[in-house]
Amino acid sequence: MNAIEVEHLSKIFKVQKSRAGLKGALQDLFSRQYNEVPAVNDISFSIPSGEICGYIGENGAGKSTTIKMLTGILVPTSGKLNVGGYVPHEEREKFVRNIGVVFGQRSQLWWDIGVIESFGLLRKVYGVPEQDYKRRLDELVQRLDLGDLLSRPVRKLSLGQRMRCELVAALLHNPSIVFLDEPTIGLDIIVKTEIREFLKDMNRQYGTTILLTTHDLQDIEALCSRVIMLDEGRIIYDGGLDTLKTRWGQGTRITFQFGTACPLPKLQALTSDLAVSWTADNDLHAEVLVSSDLNVSDVLAKVVGQPEITITDIKITETTTDEIVRQIYQTGSAQNNASDGQVV
Amino acid sequence: MLSAYTDFIRIRFLTMLAYRVNYYSGILIYMLNIGVYYFTWQAIYGDRGEIGGFTASQMTTYIAVSWMARAFYFNNLDREIATDIRDGSIAVQFIRPYNYVLVKMMQGFGEGLFRFTLFMIPGMLLALILFPVRLPSDPIAWIGFLVMLFFSFLINSQLNILTGLMAFFVENNDGIMRMKRVIVDLFSGLVIPISLFPGWLSSIMQWLPFQAITYLPGSVFTGRTTGTGILDVFAIQVAWFVILLIPIFFMWRAARKRLFVQGG
Repeated sequence: MNAIEVEHLSKIFKVQKSRAGLKGALQDLFSRQYNEVPAVNDISFSIPSGEICGYIGENGAGKSTTIKMLTGILVPTSGKLNVGGYVPHEEREKFVRNIGVVFGQRSQLWWDIGVIESFGLLRKVYGVPEQDYKRRLDELVQRLDLGDLLSRPVRKLSLGQRMRCELVAALLHNPSIVFLDEPTIGLDIIVKTEIREFLKDMNRQYGTTILLTTHDLQDIEALCSRVIMLDEGRIIYDGGLDTLKTRWGQGTRITFQFGTACPLPKLQALTSDLAVSWTADNDLHAEVLVSSDLNVSDVLAKVVGQPEITITDIKITETTTDEIVRQIYQTGSAQNNASDGQVV
Repeated sequence: MLSAYTDFIRIRFLTMLAYRVNYYSGILIYMLNIGVYYFTWQAIYGDRGEIGGFTASQMTTYIAVSWMARAFYFNNLDREIATDIRDGSIAVQFIRPYNYVLVKMMQGFGEGLFRFTLFMIPGMLLALILFPVRLPSDPIAWIGFLVMLFFSFLINSQLNILTGLMAFFVENNDGIMRMKRVIVDLFSGLVIPISLFPGWLSSIMQWLPFQAITYLPGSVFTGRTTGTGILDVFAIQVAWFVILLIPIFFMWRAARKRLFVQGG
């Protein structure tokens, strides 16, 4: 069963145009002109129950707008939506009982009151029975190590502490679908790891469906089996993280540090029968890119055994997801421009 | 669910209580206002017995009770709503299974309860000592006034909510909010009783909701409206309460469609 189904979803914002100069300002007073800006442009995907899906894209690609439509905050301009059996914006109050939302950049706790009071209020808002609430709260407090934070007012918490409390606030009513909009933004590596572990456990234990947006690809690597990549409001990739790596990965990079000078043409000559590309900053330092259909050992064998070459250091690096994604963002936009909106 | 709404009242009351010291200076400012208007009207009355249907003594009582009623019904719901809309935290309000407008109303009432017990009542006692205020002797007038005072709060809050929700439709509603504040103070009869307005203006006022906030409850408290007259003016308040629900409903619905969450 699909937890989230999206068909041809679009959201177009009308943005007021400001004309230049005093004359323009006066004209704006009487007749306004609007630009239509498509934030999300005809996207379709579905997410089965129990999946953790990463939703990535550059700033302004339309991630948050999608999340806001999926959570019933924004009304779509066109397209069909079904989340957990509801059309979010149509039956908002019933629908939101079943979902949990964390906005990394906005607090949903009440600023002036204690953390535990906020939780108590949320219990009443969601109508969670007292006993379920106690059990759930104990579990979450223990898991996220909140013990001594509970009595403090929210405004006195650090960002890491607050974010852990935000998670509890979003999960107290045990929602079956959870949306996380940049949940790890601004957090240190320890809290990040803690939150990732927690989300993974929750998914395993309760089969919670999770959709998260992030700029930290380590979040994706740690959590998601699937990523949806967005660019200028369109989906440019939807699939497994592994496929992404093999399809866009550039293979392996070997970095050599030489003891004596070794010019680039010589290295190129040594590996002339292999399809590899060399780059060098100077005669003592060179890099070779080995595509994934070649063996790293073959390339190494050609270079390492040579008597006239002294090698002081070898480094072998896999292209990281960051690099792959950066490349897709760049080429993705480029292709969109070149072929007038062709989706990859 | 109902208990959640009452919790909003309780929590706002407690939050206000934490800041109660701020309101001690508020009492002094209100006393100053009452004082200024009291002495001004004293000078205007001189030897005259009655102006616009008010005796000098009724005027004193009217001024005192109007300002102290304002101490109760006043709130900043318009500003709170506009801030929520402008900084985008309205998004968080939409992911909760409750009605945002109703929650704001409850919070306003929590604030009202605080203002009633720790601002209006002590203020009124102080006004009784400082100025020759004459309290009504008829228990009906008391009951009528208190019930109408509650509706003053409702109608004033409804106007605040409408003003606040305008932030959905205009980029900056600061001007509208300031204008609303002046209009409510002037047209509700707080500054000058409506019967003293020029005839044409006073007849326009009868078709606007503002008089229901200060002028009508004030006229019951000062004994200018008595007996079944109380029911008549109360009916005007109830009518305005019901009528104002309509634009709130439509504005909220339109806002849902228009919503443009600021800051991504």
